[in-house]
Amino acid sequence: MNLKADVTPMTRREMAQRLADDVPEGWYVNLGIGAPLQVADYVPAEREVVFQSENGVLGMGPAPAPDKINRWLINAGKQYITLRAGGSYMHHADSFALIRGGHLDLCVLGAFQVAENGDVANWSTSDNDSAPAVGGAMDLAAGARRIWVMMDHTTKSGESRLVRRCTYPLTAVGVVKRIYTNLAVIDVDDAGFAVRQMVPGMTLDDLQKVTDAPLRIM
Amino acid sequence: MINKIVQTMAEAMAGIRDGSVVLIGGFGSIGQPNVLIQGLIEQGAKDLTVVANNSGVGHVGLAALLETGHVRKIVCSFPRTADPVVFEKLWREGRIELECVPQGTMAERMRAAGAGIPAFYTPTAVGTKLAAGKEEREFRGRKYILEEALYGDVALIEAWQADRWGNLTYNSSARNFNPVMAAAARLTIVQSQHIVELGALDPEKVATPGIYVNRVLHVPYGEPTVT
Repeated sequence: MNLKADVTPMTRREMAQRLADDVPEGWYVNLGIGAPLQVADYVPAEREVVFQSENGVLGMGPAPAPDKINRWLINAGKQYITLRAGGSYMHHADSFALIRGGHLDLCVLGAFQVAENGDVANWSTSDNDSAPAVGGAMDLAAGARRIWVMMDHTTKSGESRLVRRCTYPLTAVGVVKRIYTNLAVIDVDDAGFAVRQMVPGMTLDDLQKVTDAPLRIM
Repeated sequence: MINKIVQTMAEAMAGIRDGSVVLIGGFGSIGQPNVLIQGLIEQGAKDLTVVANNSGVGHVGLAALLETGHVRKIVCSFPRTADPVVFEKLWREGRIELECVPQGTMAERMRAAGAGIPAFYTPTAVGTKLAAGKEEREFRGRKYILEEALYGDVALIEAWQADRWGNLTYNSSARNFNPVMAAAARLTIVQSQHIVELGALDPEKVATPGIYVNRVLHVPYGEPTVT
């Protein structure tokens, strides 16, 4: 990715913080495994947002202090967590009923690719080699009311992750509403990608150069 | 007097046949009944189909069941963990069959089995390669695929507390698949950290009513050491 010298891509933590700014009090939110989990760190405690983990935890709190670990309490990423006051447990079928039933306001997913029609590919990059492992990604992508994706704008070798059509195996069809990349915040609507915000110094022309699908300013 | 508590592993494992579909509770190692899995290895039933969210960590529990050659097929949402060495090797060598199922579809297929629902339509996986060959139908303007119930011959469950009727409670996120699997199998076998007197469990906290449970073995296993 060749950027002008005065353009600095956001770090993962900055992306998480930027996304967290858009999550209002009262939302029920599932954060995908990996980078999206960092979003929780940037929602201040006084703004009550309820985080769900698909292994049956509603009201997930921050990581415990090392001497306060409950070894029976993990998140979907198999990290030790805490339960906030007001939190609850449920079994897996109820947890995914909650997800599939459209009760989550938001799910934030990581992804390999998002297409201009809202398709998302985030679980597999090929049809062979290692065994397929989908986890809860397809249920979340099909079930939450809003799907936002948090990912780098391009691959390490500079290929756009925002594409006309996904080339990797799909997770869900036409579900992504917004993308937070290290360069921009982009809505996905009926007409394709609409840029809401760019990092300082970035122009639409320059952003277009690193994006495979057409962009417009909203 | 109803007494589902058994005293020995041999009693707990009695009658499990070759070729059985075995539902194994747990999410990663949390809520996974490792002692019962070891008992199943020693019992010796072969050619098993195992249904579990993950495919085992290191060389213990579920990984040991795979490594000792008892499993023909695994139905699984995420056959990766921090250390899935045994499964990966078997899979690469073509010695185990994998059916990769979205996690919520896997849970609902077992819930359906326990609830007398032979099949259901779900929006999960529509338009993806995991929908290949499945009936698609539109309801209220949205596409869904048909998924069939997933029945177990046997379920192996880990609980926190149990009484002699088989009423169960769980600890924190160790509940996960356990109550769903308990209802979906014909023979449900439980390892429980604690055994309590009948009437001691708060009825409001019983997460698996004893009607779904056949045998309970007291296994004060202690805390899981890995996730």
